[in-house]
Amino acid sequence: MITINAVGDICPVPVVKAKEAIQTLGGNGIVEILVDNDIAVQNLCKMAEQKGYGVSFLQQEDRIYKVTFTVGDLEMIQEVPAAVMPSAKKNTVIVISSDKMGEGNPELGTVLLKGFLYALSKQESLPSTILFYNGGAKLTTEGSDSIEDLQDMEKAGVKIYTCGTCLNYYELTDHLKVGEITNMYTILELMSSADLLIRP
Amino acid sequence: MSETMEFCKSGGCTAKLGPGILSRVLSRLPKGTQDDNLLVGYDSNDDAAVYRIDENTAMVQTLDFFPPMVEDPYIFGQIAAANALSDIFAMGGQVKTALNIVCFPESMDLSILGEIMRGGAEKVMEAGGILAGGHSIQDADVKYGLSVTGLVCPDRIYTNHQGQPGDCLILTKKLGVGIVCCASRVGAASQKAFAEAIESMTTLNRYAAELLSDYEVHACTDVTGFGFLGHLHEMMAATKTALIYGDQIPYIQEAYEYAEEFLLTAAAQRNRNHLESHVDFQDIPFPLQELLYDPQTSGGLLVAVPPSEANQLLQSMKAHGIPAEMVGEILPFQNKEIIVTRSKLI
Repeated sequence: MITINAVGDICPVPVVKAKEAIQTLGGNGIVEILVDNDIAVQNLCKMAEQKGYGVSFLQQEDRIYKVTFTVGDLEMIQEVPAAVMPSAKKNTVIVISSDKMGEGNPELGTVLLKGFLYALSKQESLPSTILFYNGGAKLTTEGSDSIEDLQDMEKAGVKIYTCGTCLNYYELTDHLKVGEITNMYTILELMSSADLLIRP
Repeated sequence: MSETMEFCKSGGCTAKLGPGILSRVLSRLPKGTQDDNLLVGYDSNDDAAVYRIDENTAMVQTLDFFPPMVEDPYIFGQIAAANALSDIFAMGGQVKTALNIVCFPESMDLSILGEIMRGGAEKVMEAGGILAGGHSIQDADVKYGLSVTGLVCPDRIYTNHQGQPGDCLILTKKLGVGIVCCASRVGAASQKAFAEAIESMTTLNRYAAELLSDYEVHACTDVTGFGFLGHLHEMMAATKTALIYGDQIPYIQEAYEYAEEFLLTAAAQRNRNHLESHVDFQDIPFPLQELLYDPQTSGGLLVAVPPSEANQLLQSMKAHGIPAEMVGEILPFQNKEIIVTRSKLI
């Protein structure tokens, strides 16, 4: 996939840039181009229509549009662009803020959370991110019964982040077994950009 | 040459506000006291305002200015002036006085401004007028044009919407100058095509208009930023239908190729958005559609004349070296204002 920035470019420059990129594909592939006005989007779509390319566009923030061209045989294309299949994946973020699931008997809570993470790892559609903070930090560190499940999910592309302050507090920094250490800014950003936030 | 890069952004009539936006604003303006001597105001989307002074004399007023569409300031001055002066000719008037309108960055080389104004002044003289003054302001970008005053006999005013069913439509310049300038901005225009576009844009409509004076003219306008179809749409005024012959449209040959390469302006797409509900393209190839929507800077006259006179007028124009063609005819209103067929025979 080729991504081109044509923000600030006046017509016909976005079309010229898109054509150049499409040429470098050599027959099959995807070209994404960012533009900043709807007339440029229309001129790009007009070109795609005449050329027989697949085309779709998404309006992103701040008047920026992403136009996606699908050129050639779809089956020959390995990548699947987000814009062509917009509903393929929601940005789901799971928040684990304790080493137990639910209120009540603490022993039961520990078992439930282990079961939750196991069940999660077997889902067909995995979340994009799992965040661990406060007592949750105990799940990604040595002694956790869920390390294997989390490692499986990480291999499948799930981002796993544990709060650095929390690891410090519980003196677990050196014992992290899965995922990366993160800070409050990233936690907040990930939570606020989620389509779906799950907190067991 | 960084200065010339700044000099030319996206200019000419492509810089016009879209027709949709404009009509919304105009329709909300307060109307002052009515004056019967105002023969043509902005209500009819005409080329210029006409105010009657006495029985035999009316004053024609217009102004036009825009940013550069070519790198050469002297040529830009000529084009901007030819474009502004054209509205007087499109109304059937004679140019009398012109005032310069100048926006120019203080930091830019003043000799550039000198060249622009030299080009403009030459065209005013060629048009038979006098350059009588002007106004300049400092601005981030270059813009130039003229405010022009002319005179016309009140019973020889060519409005743009009084064509009649049966009339023939004659276009006096080739289409495609917008596309050629657009291609030129990305280095894709040939020298030959660019030279032809410049030749066309710097040519005054005076010569075509003077030939009209021997004929019965029902309607006349000049084709500029809204493209051939945009100005034709104003001419039909929702009361008539224009039948356009696709194979009779004069255009710069290379512009067709550049349209095939999608070297198209934003303004052409705005024109398409605004007009497509009025237009029935009957099997018209994409590049020709684009030529018909292409915004023209200093475009030709579009004239409606009775069929009995059309051929003679056309021959006379051709004999004078004007690249005019008979591009269509006016019909009683059908379900669309504009029908474009591939050729006259169909």
